[in-house]
Amino acid sequence: MCTICGCGTSVIAEHANSEQHGGTHGGTAHDHDHAHNHPHPHKHDDHHHEHADGPIDFGKGRAGMYVAGMSQERTISVERDILSKNDAFAATNRTRLQNAGVFALNLVSSPGSGKTSLLVRTITDLKEKWPIAVIEGDQQTSRDADRIRATGAPAVQINTGKGCHLDAHMVGHALDHLSLRSGSLLFVENVGNLVCPAAFDLGEAHKVVVLSVTEGEDKPLKYPDMFAAADLMLLNKADLLPHLDFDVSACLAAAQRVNPRMRSLTVSARTGEGLAAFYSWIEERASATAAPAP
Amino acid sequence: MHEVSLVESVVALVEDERRKQGFSRVRTIRLKVGMLGHAEPEALRFCFDAVTSGTIADGARLEIETVPGAGWCPRCHQTVPLEERFASCPLCGNVHVRMTAGDELRLAEMEVE
Repeated sequence: MCTICGCGTSVIAEHANSEQHGGTHGGTAHDHDHAHNHPHPHKHDDHHHEHADGPIDFGKGRAGMYVAGMSQERTISVERDILSKNDAFAATNRTRLQNAGVFALNLVSSPGSGKTSLLVRTITDLKEKWPIAVIEGDQQTSRDADRIRATGAPAVQINTGKGCHLDAHMVGHALDHLSLRSGSLLFVENVGNLVCPAAFDLGEAHKVVVLSVTEGEDKPLKYPDMFAAADLMLLNKADLLPHLDFDVSACLAAAQRVNPRMRSLTVSARTGEGLAAFYSWIEERASATAAPAP
Repeated sequence: MHEVSLVESVVALVEDERRKQGFSRVRTIRLKVGMLGHAEPEALRFCFDAVTSGTIADGARLEIETVPGAGWCPRCHQTVPLEERFASCPLCGNVHVRMTAGDELRLAEMEVE
């Protein structure tokens, strides 16, 4: 398995019934400098032999002594962010999207908050105005991509296998399968998971967290990382509020406490309530990146 | 459980360092993990041996230094400890404390031979 994205087990499918090319990704054609390539032909740059000028000192190492056949331990200061590889892929994606004039949103939430229904509704309402494409992340199946394609929008399904989140490397591969016109909106629907996707920048313009009113109003306090990483919260399934004890103001207060900069909108993908405000939010920001289609 | 991906990323960084610095074995890997961040030290430890098996980091010992949360309170004009990412200032109750530490997720150093 590729150690960067696990793409030996992930599958990127452009069409529902097309041949999935996971085999290529897991095979030798997709080399990420695995542990056993050996680009340096036995260099001695890990220790210094001062043959020319100084004495040959075997006591200089960390141990202060030399035993034949045993190397001397040393400490290397690295100080690199563990996510620096992902962040580099994300920066590449971000530049690529900006240069292509594409405005990308990364939708994150628990499973079952209504992300796909929200996307279907949004595409149906906005497709006359903007070209829209979708990258779908799920552990298995292309059901979500199939639902998106039914609206007429192109969709690429990434199956993460055992993976609990999308990363920037996977999204880079998915972008290869989309021919995005300048002025497009791109929605990335992350794997339903309110924890792990918070850590992985994909190169999007904004993270949008979707919370449904059938969940607890204290979710922002219980899962602060995701709400701290998002710029917009959509409180979905508002049409169910009359049947629930959900306290909207308590939920919005919890969200504000975790992330004072985050905007919040109460919406219903089913009835369309509140979605006009979401579309305005998109247009205000997308017009800076992506010009509307003529 | 994104800690598996995080340990895979650590292994990739160790590989980078091996290419640059040349070593044959990693004895110890030291990480700095913020207490207010998204990574759980116990989960990192739990998957470390399985993920590093067969890699350059196979057999390495994992040491994790946890970094406590801290933030700057503009009202108190000082750095204050933070128990939670969104906690109020423990001195004056101000809710607008800017987090300055506790979000770390770094490969700090390694002992190699």
